Amino acid sequence: MTQTNRLDGGQIDRNTSLSFRFDGRNLTAHSGDTLASALLANDVRLIGRSFKYHRPRGLLTAGSEEPNGMVELRTGARKEPNTRATTIEMFDGLEAYSQNRWPSLKFDALAVNDMFSNFLSAGFYYKTFMWPAAFWEKLYEPIIRRAAGLGSLSMEADPDEYDKGFRHCDLLIIGAGPAGLMAALTAGRAGADVILADEDFALGGRLNSETFTVGDHSASDWATQAVAELSSMPNVCLMPRTTVIGAFDHGIYGAVERTGDHLATLPEGKPRQILWRIYTQKALLCAGATERPIAFENNDRPGIMMASALRTYANRFAVTASQRVAIFTNNDDGHRTAADLHAKGVRIAAVVDVREDAPSSYDYEVLKGAQVTNTKGRHGLSFVEVSLPDGSTRTLDCGALGVSGGWNPNVHLTCHQRGRPVWNEALAAFVPGGELPVGMSVAGAANGIMSTYGALQSGAEGAAKALDLTDALPDLPEAEDAPIAQTPFWYVQGCKRAWVDQQNDVTVKDVKLSYQEGFRSVEHLKRYTTLGMATDQGKTSNITGLAIMAEVAGKSIPEVGTTIFRPPYTPVPIATFAGRMKGQEFHPTRLTPSHFWAKERGAVFVEVGNWLRAQWFPQPGETHWRESVDREVRQTRASVGVCDCTTLGKIDVQGTDAAEFLNRIYANGFAKLAVGKTRYGLMLREDGMVMDDGTAARLAEDHFVVTTTTANAVSVYRHMEFVRQCLCPDMDVQLISTTEGWAQYAVAGPNARKLLQKIVDPEFDISNEAFPFMACGNVTVCGGLRARLFRISFSGELAYEIAVPSRYGDALMRRLMAEGEEFDVVPYGTEALGVMRVEKGHAAGSELNGTTTALNLGLGKMVSKKKDSIGSILSEREALVEPDGLRLVGIKPLEAENKITAGGHLMNADGPVDAAHDQGYVTSAVYSPILNSNIGLGLVKNGSERLGEKMRLVSPLTNLTVEVELVSAHFVDPEGERLRA
Amino acid sequence: MIINHPLLGPRDASEFTYLGDASLIDRPDWQDENAAEAYYEYGYLRDNPAGEHQELWYHEAGDRSWLVVTRNTLTHEISKVEMARDVARARGRSK
Repeated sequence: MTQTNRLDGGQIDRNTSLSFRFDGRNLTAHSGDTLASALLANDVRLIGRSFKYHRPRGLLTAGSEEPNGMVELRTGARKEPNTRATTIEMFDGLEAYSQNRWPSLKFDALAVNDMFSNFLSAGFYYKTFMWPAAFWEKLYEPIIRRAAGLGSLSMEADPDEYDKGFRHCDLLIIGAGPAGLMAALTAGRAGADVILADEDFALGGRLNSETFTVGDHSASDWATQAVAELSSMPNVCLMPRTTVIGAFDHGIYGAVERTGDHLATLPEGKPRQILWRIYTQKALLCAGATERPIAFENNDRPGIMMASALRTYANRFAVTASQRVAIFTNNDDGHRTAADLHAKGVRIAAVVDVREDAPSSYDYEVLKGAQVTNTKGRHGLSFVEVSLPDGSTRTLDCGALGVSGGWNPNVHLTCHQRGRPVWNEALAAFVPGGELPVGMSVAGAANGIMSTYGALQSGAEGAAKALDLTDALPDLPEAEDAPIAQTPFWYVQGCKRAWVDQQNDVTVKDVKLSYQEGFRSVEHLKRYTTLGMATDQGKTSNITGLAIMAEVAGKSIPEVGTTIFRPPYTPVPIATFAGRMKGQEFHPTRLTPSHFWAKERGAVFVEVGNWLRAQWFPQPGETHWRESVDREVRQTRASVGVCDCTTLGKIDVQGTDAAEFLNRIYANGFAKLAVGKTRYGLMLREDGMVMDDGTAARLAEDHFVVTTTTANAVSVYRHMEFVRQCLCPDMDVQLISTTEGWAQYAVAGPNARKLLQKIVDPEFDISNEAFPFMACGNVTVCGGLRARLFRISFSGELAYEIAVPSRYGDALMRRLMAEGEEFDVVPYGTEALGVMRVEKGHAAGSELNGTTTALNLGLGKMVSKKKDSIGSILSEREALVEPDGLRLVGIKPLEAENKITAGGHLMNADGPVDAAHDQGYVTSAVYSPILNSNIGLGLVKNGSERLGEKMRLVSPLTNLTVEVELVSAHFVDPEGERLRA
Repeated sequence: MIINHPLLGPRDASEFTYLGDASLIDRPDWQDENAAEAYYEYGYLRDNPAGEHQELWYHEAGDRSWLVVTRNTLTHEISKVEMARDVARARGRSK
């Protein structure tokens, strides 16, 4: 027989039968169930094992505050650990597994931990750290980790999609209980743009869990009607299954909508969850309240639950946790549960009320002034022991015990900015206080207004006030309006193993121990005992822990203080934060115009920022990348090579003050640069370090084109705009980035001119005399296509860079290859580019590493003292101009085949190898097929004066020692004859 | 956060890049006899107030304006947003 604990009534669809599996057992449920209600219906009370002691645990609550009932949901790559059974909406075919047990839930070998509880008490981790470190890492840590685990990961990538979205509204209402629904009706009828979000799949909050009436309807029917009216309003957006997880600056809220978690399979292309960013004018928090437990001996057995949860299961889900139930309460609300369950035909063993003046009942026994002192039952509750005011004890036979210690307003979101909850003596609870997030107000139980009528009224008033509505408030339906007074009762005196935080296994004794051992501030208590640090963030335990601390300290609760809450309100999968930004989509991929040409040529690509650049072009028969790179270098230096340099930043600088502006941003001078000429430019940061380098080509008196390195294209442009707008606002100069506008190719090698003469239209004379080294100009190519030609060289060869509008990049590359066939033209990638620039001794990214000055790089003379340029003053600082500072040198191994290692350090030929004797380090290292030797660039103390010196290159991490010689950084063509040829 | 751009209206902070203290506008005179000291202070000695702070934000994913935003560092309340160019001129910067 199945669903033995199913009752009559409820808001489930009995016509739909769903099947699901728990730990491999086939069970049935109805549409409208949660996994928790379905398990209870099938008389499954034991759901998991506790974190530290592996004690049997069941459900405590019926909502997202659940500390215990956590399961692994789904299988394979979609497995999700630590999901709360109380929030999982049932669907056909659902599979769930219990956690933290081995070999089985009923027999858990590690339950032996429970016997050694004295060794696992508060501060256990900190005390254990006192043991020998070697033991800790190898022995204790792995064992403890395995034992004290939660759910396990699938170790596979999540195959589902997650998304992000943005919404705007006049009023965001958080929570769709009586306050939230009434607020939404008020605001919606007034025409405001409203978003009503609730974490549940059924809107209505507590209204769906109670038996009283609202107006002429049952509470849940009233909620259904309110939702129907709201659904018909085009200005109201209802968001069920949506948790508002955080309140951020300026009225921005984060929310997670579970669009697919309740479906057996996701529709193709639909996301499982959406992370919303909601921009609000105003927000009304109607998050309700959470019932708090009372701690007593062995209060963690499966079957011991919150009284309000028992009521929710009975009234909404038509389920009882047991056919025989007892109640332990300190307030009238606990009696409601007894009355509702009794009306549904459940036997009430007794209501145990700590108050001498508790209300009586004709339907069941009320034990006044009594307390629960202990419980028994191996895998679930069998009976409870009660001490009566006369000192005698009673044993109550029951399978479930509902506990009610009063209600705590859900103030969490009010704390996300600067709010600090304040203690309300009448409620004996914290209510919202201090500075709430901008635009937020609070209504209903979240604000300490505990009656249903009070919630409806404060919801209506809250919405009207937030939106400055002048119309009369809507008529409110009649509803329960019982006054609330809570007399605190936190725990039963004399108890020892009484759980405060069930998820992290923190007991009353642990809290007291923390105080005795000196961890007395709330924050210390939290970290020492781990109270409230589990995935439920102490929603059912923080206040109780605080109250116990206050008692042992002899202080009031507000004197002890409270911990505040941070986002997220409930756990959010990392995948939801990532959204679609994962794997290849983590950042955009930028392709140059000739990318597909390079792909056809079989290029191997490398990521450079967001760009993909060809690294080398393997030829058939080449088995190692070095073969390809060596060939590309040799062929370029012997004849001609072409390299795609589109990714360099290109910034157009125009205006009558353009030259003066470049004078300001570059350390070297530009005012006298002739039209039709290009100059290397060195850009410093204001602190004197090199920021970037590039070229500036003067196309007209008032028009320059500046290039930056690929890596710094964005930051250099930002810096130039800073100088233009913030430092020289009256200069007549305009900037625009044209990086994407032009495809640009380096054509290098002795035959570069001959190749370009076949491309550039004949009316443009590019002979050495007419177009010498560093010339630039507008030309046309291939019969009239506008292009820019620069005679600049990074490789040290006779070289040009030619730029055409982006859409012609692919065609130009193909034309260069076809026309270059007679010269044996070779395309080369970033590796060959790197080899040739090291051979030539040009500094690049590895040298411009943010810690180097112009002087370090051998470019000190470029920093003009005759003009105002960024960085020139601070580059003169004493420590930066020391004569034995680092200088750029070339490095060659004594044996050519010995590798130079970038990052390796240089030591004197003799003497100790340690940091104190460090002489410098290697920045770049390549194999030069021209010199048939490994070579490198490095920064060495006083290096320019030490050429010819033998040194040791060491890398202690890899046990490397290589004998090297310091040489000029210009390995190839030091006189620069080739590039002027 | 939302920054109320003087030209474009309210924009999400994610469109902007943050630089820091708006005193960076007050770059010292390079020919001053105490230029080294002045630049040292300009570069390294900034106020870090708990309260109102004028700071530079760059609308990088927008119109590329540099803005001077007056923001309370305790509450993130933004009380004023100005074009940095206007602020620079008002502080005597020209060419």
